[in-house]
Amino acid sequence: MPDSTPAVPHGDPKPLLQTIGLTKRYGDFLANDRIDLDVWPRQIHALLGENGAGKSTLVKAIYGLIQPSDGEMRWQGDTMVLSGPSEARSRGIGMVFQHFSLFDNLTVAENVALGLDGSESFKDMSARLEEVSRVYGLPLDPRREVWQLSVGERQRIEIVRALMQNPKFLILDEPTAVLTPQEADQLFTVLDRLKAEGRAILYISHKLEEVKRLCDTATILRLGKKVSTCNPRKETAASLARLMVGGEIKEVKVAANRKTTVPRLVVNDLSLEPGDPHGVRLQHISFELKGGEILGIAGVAGNGQDELFAALSGEWLAPDPGMIVIDGIAAGQLSITRRRQLGAAFVPEERLGHGTAPRMKLSENALLTGHAASNMVQHGFVKTAAMLKTVDRATEAFDVRKANRDPEAASLSGGNLQKFIVGREILRNPAVLVVSQPTWGVDAGAAAVIRQALLDLAAGGAAVLVTSQDLDELAEITDRIAVMFHGHLSEPVATQGASREKLGLLMGGSSLEQEEPAHASGA
Amino acid sequence: MGLLEAISLAVLAASTPLLIAATGELVAERAGVLNLGVEGMMIVGAACGFGGAWLTGSTMIGALCGIAAGTLLSLIFAMMTLGLAVNQVATGLALTILGVGLSGLIGARFVGERIATAPHLHIPGLTDIPLVGRILFGEDAFVYFSLALVVGVWWFLYRTRAGLVLRAVGDNHASAHALGHPVLRIRLFAVMFGGACAGLAGAYLPLAYTPFFIPGMTAGRGWIALALVVFASWRPVRLVIGAYLFGAVTILQLHAQGWGVGIPSQFMSALPYLATIIVLVLISRARTGGSTTPAALGTVFVPDR
Repeated sequence: MPDSTPAVPHGDPKPLLQTIGLTKRYGDFLANDRIDLDVWPRQIHALLGENGAGKSTLVKAIYGLIQPSDGEMRWQGDTMVLSGPSEARSRGIGMVFQHFSLFDNLTVAENVALGLDGSESFKDMSARLEEVSRVYGLPLDPRREVWQLSVGERQRIEIVRALMQNPKFLILDEPTAVLTPQEADQLFTVLDRLKAEGRAILYISHKLEEVKRLCDTATILRLGKKVSTCNPRKETAASLARLMVGGEIKEVKVAANRKTTVPRLVVNDLSLEPGDPHGVRLQHISFELKGGEILGIAGVAGNGQDELFAALSGEWLAPDPGMIVIDGIAAGQLSITRRRQLGAAFVPEERLGHGTAPRMKLSENALLTGHAASNMVQHGFVKTAAMLKTVDRATEAFDVRKANRDPEAASLSGGNLQKFIVGREILRNPAVLVVSQPTWGVDAGAAAVIRQALLDLAAGGAAVLVTSQDLDELAEITDRIAVMFHGHLSEPVATQGASREKLGLLMGGSSLEQEEPAHASGA
Repeated sequence: MGLLEAISLAVLAASTPLLIAATGELVAERAGVLNLGVEGMMIVGAACGFGGAWLTGSTMIGALCGIAAGTLLSLIFAMMTLGLAVNQVATGLALTILGVGLSGLIGARFVGERIATAPHLHIPGLTDIPLVGRILFGEDAFVYFSLALVVGVWWFLYRTRAGLVLRAVGDNHASAHALGHPVLRIRLFAVMFGGACAGLAGAYLPLAYTPFFIPGMTAGRGWIALALVVFASWRPVRLVIGAYLFGAVTILQLHAQGWGVGIPSQFMSALPYLATIIVLVLISRARTGGSTTPAALGTVFVPDR
C-alpha cells in the first residue's frame, strides 16, 4: 500500500469522473450544493459526512437514479447526462447499495441478472457469475434464494453483481456497516485488488479508521456542501470528525465511582421459538445484569438480537415466567405494560413504526409508552398537559430539535427522533433499560448525547442492556460485552481487555464449541 | 350423454371464466398491484361483449369488445393507483361499484335479447369418442384459449427476462427502481393485462355460457377469481387446479340441490371462500421460509427523482 501519496499524481491526464458545481434541490432544500468532485482511476476515494450531509444524494446522481438540478458531470473528460442507472452501467459505473437492492424471494442468479442489461443468456450469465465469484474469492451459490443468506453473503451478491459489469468506477455506500471485522477485512482485500486493476472506487463511510486505512483521498461533505478534500492518511480520526461535524464532538465521560448493586435484570436459560418464519431461535440464553452496570450485546444483525429484544420487552412471551426476572419478579409471561410498571423501559431498533407511531404527534407517542406508569392518564382520561410536559422535558434534556412544540414523529430527523425516544424512556427513570442500536443512523453529535445519557442512567443505579453492531460504541460505554451468534449468547467478557479480534471471531461464530469452524460465514 | 360427462362439461364451462380472470389478476399481483376491481371489469366486459356480438353477430368481435372494455376500466385503476398513488384496495372496490353500475347502463337495451353461443370444436372421429371426446375435442375456443393463456403466462413469468423483471417489481419495487427498472410502466402493463383478461372472462359469460345478458350476471365470479389467485399462492399451474376445483364446487352445488341433499345452498356457495381460507392457513403452516406472496403486493410506489 503506498503511504502518504499526494492526492493527485496519476498517470492519467483527466479524472475518470468529475462533478462540477453539482446541485440537487428538493423544494427549498439543497441536498447537494455546488459539489466539485474529481475521482481518478486507481484510486479509492472516500466520501465522508454525517447523515443528511448529502452523500447518498450525490452518488444517486452519479448512478443516474436522480437528475441533478444544476451543475455538470464529466466522464473521462466529456460531459455526461444520464437517463438512468442502465446508462450509468453501460458507461462502466457500478454501485453497491447501503440498503441492499436485492429481491428476497428470487435466487442469487436471478438477482444478479436483474442488475445486468440482459444481453446474454441466463445460462451464460450464471457461468460468468460463478467465474467472477471464484476469481475474486466471493463464494456464492447461484441457486439459493436471498432470504436464506446471511447479511455478508447478501453483500457479496451486490458486489459480484457490480463486478459482472466490469465497471471502471464502483460506488460503495457504507459497505462495512453490517459486516464483522473479519468480513470487512475480506472486503478490503477485494477493494485493493480492484484498485490495482485500475478501477476507481468511491467509498462512502463514516468509520474513520477504516477510511484512513483504505482510502487515498477523502472528500468531506457537510449539510450538502463540500467542506474539504484531503489525504485521509495525513489526517487523524479526530481531525476528520471535526471536518464532518463542523466543531468538536463532546467526549463521553464515564463516571469514575460507578458501583454495581443487586441484579436487576436476570435471564435464565431462555429458549424461544421465533414468531415469524425468517426469525432466529433463541437458545439457552442466560445473563445477569446488575444495577449500575451496562452490558453490551454485540453481533451481526439477524443473529437473534431482535428476538431477544422481543422476549425481554414482552412482545413475545417466554415459555416460563422465571426465564426473565426484572427486579426480583418473574416477568417472563407478563405483558409489556406490566413490565413497564415494574420499572423496565424499552427502546427498539426501528424508530419509525416500532419506537414511535410515525403519523402521531410526539405527545401521543409519549403517551403510548408512558400511559401505564406515569401521570398522563387519570380515571381513564388522557391529560394533554402532562403529555406535553413530557415532550418539553425530553426536548430540553436531550436537545431535540423540531419545528414546533408537538410535531408528528415522522417529521423529525433520525437523530432527533432517537434523542426523543431515548429521552422519553430515560425520563421515566427506569430500573432496567433495554435499548437496541441506540445510535444507528444517528449523527455523531446526537450519538454522543445518547451515549452520555445511558452512562448517566447507569450511574444512577439502573441496569442498562445495549444491543449494537458498532463495536466502538460498545467499547466506549459498556462494562461487559457478550456476543450473539445464531441465537446463542456468549459468556460476557469485561470490556477492558476484550480485543476487537476476539469479539470479531465470536461474531463470526468461530469460537463457540457447538459450531463447526467452517460455519463461520465467508471464512 | 351420461351424467358424468354432462357434469364434466358443465364444470369446464363454469371454470373457464374463473381461470381467465384469475390468470390476469395473477400477473397484476405478481407485479405488486392488488386490483380488487375484477368483478367490475368482468361485468362491464360481459355487457360490452354481448353488445358487440349482438350488433355484429360475431363472437370474435364480442370477445374483443369485452377485452377492450376490461382494459379501459383497468386504465382508470392504473391512473389512480399508479399515476396518483391512491390506495389500491379503495380504488379496486370503487372500480367494482363503478363497473356494476356501468354494465347496467350499457346492458339495459340488451336485456331480453339472444345471440348464438360460441361454436364448439368438432373433429369427426375424435369428438365422437365416448366419454372423453366431447370434453377434450368438443369445447368452445375460450376453453382452449384459457389453457393456452395459463401456459403462456407461466412461460413468460419463469422463462423470460421480462417475466423476471415483473416478479422482481412485485417482490421489492424500491430495489427494482434502484436497478433502473421502470416500476410504474411494468405495473401499468400488468394491470392492463389483468383488465383485458377480466373483460374477456366477463364476455365469456354471455357469449358462451348463456346466450343472453342480464345485469349482475357475473354473480361474484370476480371475487372468486381473486380468492383463486391466493388459493394458487400466485403460481399459474396451481391456478388451473384451483379453477377447476372451484368450478366443480359451483356445479356440484347445483346438482346437490337437485338431488335434495340437505346441505344449505348458501354453505355450498361459500365453499370456495372457505377453501381459500383453509389453503392460506395450510400454506403459512407448512412454510419453512421465504414467502409465496409478492412482498410488495398492494403497496404504492412513488419514485423519487
